Amino acid sequence: MTEKKTSLSRRNFFKNAGIAAGTLVAASTLPAFDAVLFAAVKRNTKGPWYGIAIDIEKCIGCGTCAKTCKIENNVPQEPFFFRSWVEQYTIKKDGTLKVVSPNGGIDGFTQSIPAEEIEKTFFVPKMCNHCYKSPCIQVCPVGATYETDEGIVLVDEKYCIGCKYCIQACPYGCRYFHPDKHVVDKCTLCFHRIKKGLNPACMDNCPTKARISGDLNDPQSAISKFIRTKNVYVLKPHLNTGSKLYYNALNQEVR
Amino acid sequence: MPLHLKRLLMTGVVIVSLFLLLKHALTPDSFGQYGHYRGNSMAEIAALPVHYTGNSSCVSCHDTIITMKSESYHSDLSCEGCHGAAYKHIASPKTEKLMKPDSREFCGKCHSINLARPEKAIVQVNIKDHHPEKNCIKCHNPHQP
Repeated sequence: MTEKKTSLSRRNFFKNAGIAAGTLVAASTLPAFDAVLFAAVKRNTKGPWYGIAIDIEKCIGCGTCAKTCKIENNVPQEPFFFRSWVEQYTIKKDGTLKVVSPNGGIDGFTQSIPAEEIEKTFFVPKMCNHCYKSPCIQVCPVGATYETDEGIVLVDEKYCIGCKYCIQACPYGCRYFHPDKHVVDKCTLCFHRIKKGLNPACMDNCPTKARISGDLNDPQSAISKFIRTKNVYVLKPHLNTGSKLYYNALNQEVR
Repeated sequence: MPLHLKRLLMTGVVIVSLFLLLKHALTPDSFGQYGHYRGNSMAEIAALPVHYTGNSSCVSCHDTIITMKSESYHSDLSCEGCHGAAYKHIASPKTEKLMKPDSREFCGKCHSINLARPEKAIVQVNIKDHHPEKNCIKCHNPHQP
């Protein structure tokens, strides 16, 4: 009868330490996780795989995107509810950062900080990132929010119980609680327009064509060319949300 | 089997069958059709009405103005970006008129000086100093600025 070795034996300690060290060394040779382009690769083999691109160098902060979005999608007009909005970032010469978004940019922006104090300022239009592996879908307790095969994150307003968990889970603040319907509402990438062969309302009406959406599977689409030719970046890549909203000329200060 | 265990077992059976019955009755038919969600909701969202009908719907009546605009600096602008959603106007063009924004503030939303606007992207003026006594459209035709 052999004596059973206890887990605290010297032999076991060296064995486990060896396994741990070996795993660490092996893991260090793996390729680094590419958070920015992670979601852009072919994820839908049957049809389109939608992504969004916004060119900050073209955005003039007119707020037409935010205004048209509210009308197209019957979003309440009160200034707390947005599916799409514009922020103005201002970095002052003293290093402080100021972010404003009066009524989501719908009424336009007036520069409140004197020009001589400004180091740099720019507009950042924001909307749902339509993440692959989106955190909002993962937390929904009833299956009321989901990602379609095309990579569009939708909310089933008949099935949503209004627990607002997804609002907290979204790191980009892209969801709001509808004051009349008492369910969560968000950007659908104008699913009803895409299915009719139209572009999303915010993109059709953008005067400088600063925002585009399209099929990431198609190498000839405008968005694929945008990603290939520009220095694209996503918001909060460290969260690994699989964001499919690609910005050109995005400053690291933008959160 | 003792009587109390039989009763417990019966209660258990009743609870589980009630749960299964309720689950069957309350789960929508299309739930789980494509994934852990109600498949029909996709069609419901896709069927929502379109409000912004696009420039192609304006051409049939307003072709001269669209031709003028397409040769101007404003060629890339959509009609509805300034005039508002056209879905009602297209259904009844005589009664449902679109807005004709003419205020200085409206033009200023794009053209007022703001350091955040890329200089190359757009012509900017100081709307406080630049002929404050009159509306922009007195001098500038918005379809041919």
